[in-house]
Amino acid sequence: MPATEPGVVFWILAVVILVSGFLVVTLRNIFHCALCLILCLFAVAGIYVLLNAEFLAAAQVLIYVGAVAILIVFTVMLTTDLASRSLVQHNENATIAFVVCALFAIGVPWLITTTGVWIPPKGELPADNVGTIGKYLMTDFMLPFEVVSVLLLAALIGAIVLARKEHS
Amino acid sequence: MFYYLALAAVLFAIGLFGVLTRRNVIGILMSLELMFNAANINFVAFNKYVATEALVGQMFAIFIVVVAAAEAVVGLAIVLLIYRNWRGIGMDNVNVMKW
Amino acid sequence: MTEHSYLIALLPLLSFVMIIFFLRWQEKVSAGFSIAMIVISWGMSVMVLIETLARHGKPYEAFYKFVELVRFVPEIGILIDPLTAVMLVVVTTVGACVQIYSVGYMHGDPRFSRFFSYLSLFLFSMLGLVLANNFFMIFIFWELVGLTSYLLIGFWFEKASAANACKKAFITTRIGDLGFLVGLFMVAIYAGTFNYGGVFDKVASGAIPTGIVTAAAIFIFCGAVGKSAQFPLHVWLPDAMEGPTPVSALIHAATMVAAGVYLVARAMTVFVGSAEASLVVAVIGLVTSFMAASIGLVQNDIKRVLAYSTCSQLGYMIMALGLYGYDTALGHHSPGYYAGSFHLMTHAFFKGLLFLGAGSVIHAVHTNDIQEMGGLFGKMKLTAPTFIIASLSIAGIFPLSGFWSKDEIVAAASHHPVFLVFTLLIAFMTAFYMFRLCFLTFFGEPRDKERFDHAHESPKSMTYPLVFLAFLSIFAGWVGLPWLQHGFASFVYHGEPYHPHANWLLMIISTVVAVSGIGLAYLMYFKKSISADSVAAKFKPLYTLLYNKYYFDEMYDALIIRPTLTFARLMWRFDAGIIDGLVNGTAWFTVVWSDAKQWFDTWIVDGAVNGSGWIVRKGADLGRILQTGKVQFYAFFALLLVVLVTLFKLESGSPDSESGAPVLTILLAVGVVFLAVLSRTIGRQPAGQEAKREDNV
Repeated sequence: MPATEPGVVFWILAVVILVSGFLVVTLRNIFHCALCLILCLFAVAGIYVLLNAEFLAAAQVLIYVGAVAILIVFTVMLTTDLASRSLVQHNENATIAFVVCALFAIGVPWLITTTGVWIPPKGELPADNVGTIGKYLMTDFMLPFEVVSVLLLAALIGAIVLARKEHS
Repeated sequence: MFYYLALAAVLFAIGLFGVLTRRNVIGILMSLELMFNAANINFVAFNKYVATEALVGQMFAIFIVVVAAAEAVVGLAIVLLIYRNWRGIGMDNVNVMKW
Repeated sequence: MTEHSYLIALLPLLSFVMIIFFLRWQEKVSAGFSIAMIVISWGMSVMVLIETLARHGKPYEAFYKFVELVRFVPEIGILIDPLTAVMLVVVTTVGACVQIYSVGYMHGDPRFSRFFSYLSLFLFSMLGLVLANNFFMIFIFWELVGLTSYLLIGFWFEKASAANACKKAFITTRIGDLGFLVGLFMVAIYAGTFNYGGVFDKVASGAIPTGIVTAAAIFIFCGAVGKSAQFPLHVWLPDAMEGPTPVSALIHAATMVAAGVYLVARAMTVFVGSAEASLVVAVIGLVTSFMAASIGLVQNDIKRVLAYSTCSQLGYMIMALGLYGYDTALGHHSPGYYAGSFHLMTHAFFKGLLFLGAGSVIHAVHTNDIQEMGGLFGKMKLTAPTFIIASLSIAGIFPLSGFWSKDEIVAAASHHPVFLVFTLLIAFMTAFYMFRLCFLTFFGEPRDKERFDHAHESPKSMTYPLVFLAFLSIFAGWVGLPWLQHGFASFVYHGEPYHPHANWLLMIISTVVAVSGIGLAYLMYFKKSISADSVAAKFKPLYTLLYNKYYFDEMYDALIIRPTLTFARLMWRFDAGIIDGLVNGTAWFTVVWSDAKQWFDTWIVDGAVNGSGWIVRKGADLGRILQTGKVQFYAFFALLLVVLVTLFKLESGSPDSESGAPVLTILLAVGVVFLAVLSRTIGRQPAGQEAKREDNV
C-alpha cells in the first residue's frame, strides 16, 4: 500500500466525475445528460494529468470531448424532440440493476483494498511524455497504430454508408 | 493507487447501471463512454504505479480512446437509422426480438 | 352254422343300416329286405337249434378279445347253449311273424320304412343280448334293447301320450338297469372276469362271499325287474301300449320283457348261490303276478288287459325261477328253471298271437275299447278263432301248449303252500279276464252299430302270421310233455337235468281252476246271468282300486316325480341364478374394469402425456422469461452471473469461509431472484405501461 494519499485535487476531481457520471445516467433530458458527460470527460482528463499522462489528457479532451461528445450532441439534436415531455428514463430493471451495480461499486473497492497486493513499480516514468509516446508509437506499437488507422477509415466509411439518405 | 482504482470501479459501476437501465439509445451510448473512461483510468493508474516501462498503460489507453471514438461514430449512425425507422429512439422499439 | 351264428344278429343290423341309409323311400323294398333278413336269421336259428340238439346241449362258446386292459378284458363273444338256442328260435319266429304282420298293419303310415328299420334294430339288439357270452356284452345289448323299445313305443310321437309313454318306459327301465350294472360289476370284480363261465365257476366254487353273492343277485335282479316290468317298476308296461300293436306284440309280449326272465335264467348260478336272493325274486314275481292279474280284471282297453296279462305271466316265470333258486340253494329239487324257461317260450307264442289278434281287431273297428265292440266273431273269420285259441292256451286248457308250461309252474310252486294258493288264484283270474275279453269282443250284441258295420277281416299279411302263431300255440308246448325222456326238461336245464314227472293231481286241479274261470266269465259276459255291473257296485272300493291300477302311477308321481321335478326346477333356478349371476357379474365386472381402465387411460396415461407437454410448456414459460428480446436485460443477466460467479470463486477460495458452502453467494443469488420477481411484479406497472413504442423518449 503506497504511503502517498492522493491530494485534494484528486478528491475534487473524483467527486466531479462521480456526480456528473451519476447525472449522466439519471437525467431525463438527453441534452442535459450530454452536457454532464462533457463535464465528466473533462474531469477524467484532469485525472490523467494527475497520473502523469499529459498526452492522454490532451487526446482525451480533443477526441472525446471535442469529437465524440459533440457528435453525441449532434445526434441528440437530430433525433429527439426536445420540447416533448420528459419521461422516465429507467426501464423495469432499474431496481435490481441498481442493487447489483451498487454491490459492484462497493464490493470491488472493498475487495481491492482488502485483498490487493502491492507490487512496487519497476521503473520510473519518463519525463518527456509526449515524445516517448511518439517514439513508442513508431516502434513498438507500429502495428496497432496502422490498424487503428484502418479501423478509423472503416468506421468513417461505415458511418457514411449507414447514415446516408435512402434511395426510394 | 488504490484510490484511483476505486474511482475507476465506481465510475464503471455507474456506467454499467446506465447501460442496463437507460431507455434511450443515446443514453446507453453515453453510459458506455463512461465505462470506457473508467477502464482508461484503470490502465493509466496501473501504468503509473505498477508497470511504468514502455508506457504500456498509456498506449493502451490511447488506443482505447481511438477505438471508442470509432465505435461511437458507428453507433450514432445506427441511432440515426433507428430514428429513421421508428421516429423515436426508445429501447422499446429496439426490443423487437421478443418471443 | 354255429360258428357263424353271430350272423343271426348281424343280418337284422344290416337291414337297419340299409333301410336307414338307402332304402328309406322305397317302402316295399325296405319291408321286403327287412323280412328277408329276419327270415334268413330264423332259418339260421333253427339250424343252430338243431346243431345244439345234436351236440346234446353242450355249450359252444367263441369270443374275441377286442382290447386287453389291465384289470379286465372286455370281449365280444357268443355262447350257444340250449337256453340260447331256444331263445334264438323264439325271437326270430315272433320277429318274423311281427314283421310280416306289420306290412298290413302299418300300411299307409308315412314312416313305414323307418318302422321296419327300428324293428330290425330291435331284433339285432335282442339277438345280440341272447347270444352274448359275458355280462359286459349283455349289458350293452340290454341298453340297446331299451333304446329301440323307446324308439318303437314312441313311434307315433305326435301323440303326447305316446311321447310320454316312451319316456316313462325308458326311464323306468333305466332305474332297473342301474341296479343291474351295480350287480354285474360286483360279481365281475370278485370273479375277475365278465365272462359267464368264469363268473359262474367262481360263484359255484364258493370263492365269492355269500353276502356279495346275495347282494349281486338282488342287484342283477333289479335289471330284470325293470325290463320285465315287475313290481315296483311295472308302471311302464301298460303305458307302452301307446305304440303300434306289432311293437306291443314283439317287444312287450314276446321278447324284450322276456329279456329279464332270460337274464335271471342265465345267471341262475348266482341265484342258486343265495337262498335269500332267490326268495326275494320269487316273492316279487308272485306279488307282481297277482297284482297285475287283479288289475287286468277290470280294464276296458283291449291292449291294457293284454299288457297286464303279460306282466302277470312274467311274474309267473320269475316266480318259478326264484323258487328254483330257493329250492336248489336249500338242496331240494325243483322244476322251476325248466318251468320258467318253458313258459317263456310258450308265452312268447300265444301272447304274440293275442297281441297281433288284438291289433287285427283294432284295425277293424278303429277303437281299443272293448265296451264298444261285440259280436265280431262272425265278421272276423280268422282273427276270432286264433284269438280264442290263444286265450285257451293262456288259460291253460289241455292239450294246448300253455297248459303244459303253466302246469310246470304250478308244480314248482307246489312245495310252498302260500305260493301254490296264490298261483292257483292267479290262474283263475287269468282265465277269467282273458275270456271276459273274448266274450266282450267277439260275442254278444254289437255295442256300437257303426263300428260293427265297418268292421272287416284283416288282409292276408296280417292273418297269416296269426295262423302260424296259433299253430305254435297249440303244438309248441308238446316238446315239454312231462313224460318225455328227451323233452324240453332234459334239454334246458340247470345243474343236473330234471326229469319231469307227471303230477296228475296238480294237472286236474289246475284244469278245474281254469275251467271255472272261463265258466264265470261265460256267466257274466255271455249269458249275462250274473251282472258285471252289480258285482262292480257291490265291491265298489275294490273295483275303483283295481280300475285305477292300485294308484301306482299317482303314488309315483306324488312321491318321486313331483319332488324330482321340483328339485330340478330349484336346481335350475339356483344354477341359472349363479351362472347368470356369474355371467352378468363378469359382464358387470368387465364394464367396471373397462371404466376404470378408461379413467386410468384418460387421467393417468393421457395425463402423463399431457403432463409432459404441460411440464415442457411451463418450463418453456419459465425459460421464456429470459427471452425478453431486450438487450439490456441480457446484459444485465450476464453481469449478474459474472458477479455471482466471481463472488462464488472468491468466497470458496478465501480461507475466511467456515463451511463448505458459499453462503454469501447463495444468499446473494436468492436475494437477487427475490428482488427480480418483486421488481417485475411491482415495478412493471407505472414504469412500463406509460411509454409506448412510438413515443419520443
